[in-house]
Amino acid sequence: MNKALGSKETAKSSQEVVEMKTKKNQRSAFAKSFIKGWPLYLLLIVPILHTIIFEYIPMGGLVLAFKEYDPVDGFKSGRWLGFSNFIVFFKSYNFVRIVRNTILINLYELIAGFPIPIILAISINEVRSKSFKKSVQLITYAPHFISTVILVSIVMQVLSIHTGIVNNVIKALGHTPINFMGDAKYFRHIFVWSGIWKNMGYSSIIYIAALTAIDPELYEAAKIDGASKLKRIFYIDIPGILPTAIVLLILQFGKMMKLGFEKVYLLQNDVNISASEVISTYSYKIGLVRGDFSFATAIGFFNSVINLVLIVVVNRIARKVGETSLW
Amino acid sequence: MSKQIMKSNSDRVFDIVNYSFLTIILIIVLYPLIFIISASFSHPSAVMSGRVWLFPVDFNLMGYKAVFRHKQVLTGYSNSLYYTIVGTTIQLAVTIMAAYPLSRKDKIFGKGVVMFFFTFTMLFGGGMIPNFLLVRALGLYNTRWALLIPGALGVWNMIITKTFFQSNIPDELYDAASIDGSGEIRTLFSIVLPLSGTIIAVNSLFYAVGKWNAYFNALLYLRDAKLFPLQIFLRNILVINQVDSSMIEDVRDIAERQGLTELLKYSLIIVASLPVMLAYPFVQKYFVKGVMVGSIKG
Repeated sequence: MNKALGSKETAKSSQEVVEMKTKKNQRSAFAKSFIKGWPLYLLLIVPILHTIIFEYIPMGGLVLAFKEYDPVDGFKSGRWLGFSNFIVFFKSYNFVRIVRNTILINLYELIAGFPIPIILAISINEVRSKSFKKSVQLITYAPHFISTVILVSIVMQVLSIHTGIVNNVIKALGHTPINFMGDAKYFRHIFVWSGIWKNMGYSSIIYIAALTAIDPELYEAAKIDGASKLKRIFYIDIPGILPTAIVLLILQFGKMMKLGFEKVYLLQNDVNISASEVISTYSYKIGLVRGDFSFATAIGFFNSVINLVLIVVVNRIARKVGETSLW
Repeated sequence: MSKQIMKSNSDRVFDIVNYSFLTIILIIVLYPLIFIISASFSHPSAVMSGRVWLFPVDFNLMGYKAVFRHKQVLTGYSNSLYYTIVGTTIQLAVTIMAAYPLSRKDKIFGKGVVMFFFTFTMLFGGGMIPNFLLVRALGLYNTRWALLIPGALGVWNMIITKTFFQSNIPDELYDAASIDGSGEIRTLFSIVLPLSGTIIAVNSLFYAVGKWNAYFNALLYLRDAKLFPLQIFLRNILVINQVDSSMIEDVRDIAERQGLTELLKYSLIIVASLPVMLAYPFVQKYFVKGVMVGSIKG
């Protein structure tokens, strides 16, 4: 090494030597750890193979978006289409409507669904009676475990125009019953609020956990200073759960474009389709109902990319603004 | 003095508002559930005419009788049990196979890369169509395996399991085991797993509820009605409104028939959610624990 300091060239070659050495070291480090712990590697092979087959191969399958698909021969022709699938999709009459629906439903869900678990958690946290607290938790968490199919059918039964309890109330008050499922303008509200009904309790658990982690001395000090409960909430509780809230907000943004195929598809009918057709349901119909796999893959690809970009951007913003991030 | 009284007054107002708020939430969550239970035990005509408000009207079990007369419901029930039990077992095994090696200190070379390899799949994926084509190409289409093998590794579950192992099994224990000549696999079975009852319960419950409630993969990968899980039949009956006429064959009157169709839906909702709802109060604490363990990693 000391000799190499003389000329630039030798310096370079010594760098290469160092690089080679580290590569060799890495290889022998791997060999060493493998010899010592090979059963661990053996275990790990199963999930790795599973992930390659069922996650990474489908990612590779996204190239189908650029290939021609024939209903009879499938992808056999192997002809490349370039971006024509995407161009056709972007120019189609449906594009604006579908993207608009996807974004509106998700933004609505985010804005309405994000603060409610926080409010619920703070509210539960302030309850002194242990048995009341426990029963509130037990009951509000329960709907989370109802399946999407059952949730949707509960919604349909409750809102049914003939026998639904909501319309029974409306009729009892002397108004004309409303056909909730048969009108596109109610779709978004039904979708979002049924989701909140299902998940608000369960989503509050994580905030309750964050609240119990707050140092009790802070409350003692605030009490001595004469701060009211409301003030303690604003100046201790909310700052205390803010990091958790930011991380969850990022996660929610990341899920934004893929959320809820199951529920949208189940709540969808011919009447509300103008408000309920979203990217994932459209892709499903093009691909598996109409059989155009190539075009459907392109739509799904578009969705995944937007998704990835969203989560990366939001994570970066969160790191700058709130000093918390996922990675 | 007067200031202090005012303050405790404002706190008292806060408490009143808070308790009323939670009571309203309770009613909003509970009422639809109570209504469905009561409706399912009522007479069809009472359900049709909207006379059920809180308690069953003209108590009877006609709806339940119609449900259990339905062969598809029974097929779906036993299929769903199968998918839940076998699927959960596979998922649990694969999760531990990933979490255990990755939880060990300095044992796996390039651990960061392997973790990224797994977590990246949470952010990006091939989507519905490439997955469908893969399942078909592998010959899993329209077989039970199509619901058991894809998605066997829940990355989030793997991460919480790994975190649990790391924070609950001390290094000294591994050292002691290796000094005593126990291999890595034996250490897993005789030391790690017996100490990890909580996380195994948490994962089993999350996976089991997921499998019991899933319907999308069945919609995508199954064609044969003999293989359908309960949720698919539920969708056909409850959402698309395809009621098999054999379920209500002995009713001649059209109005009564329509009433029974409605009643049947309420009973079916109860029957289908029964396993989850019966187990729920006893296992609730494990779900809460799962969320807590998950929150450590953010």
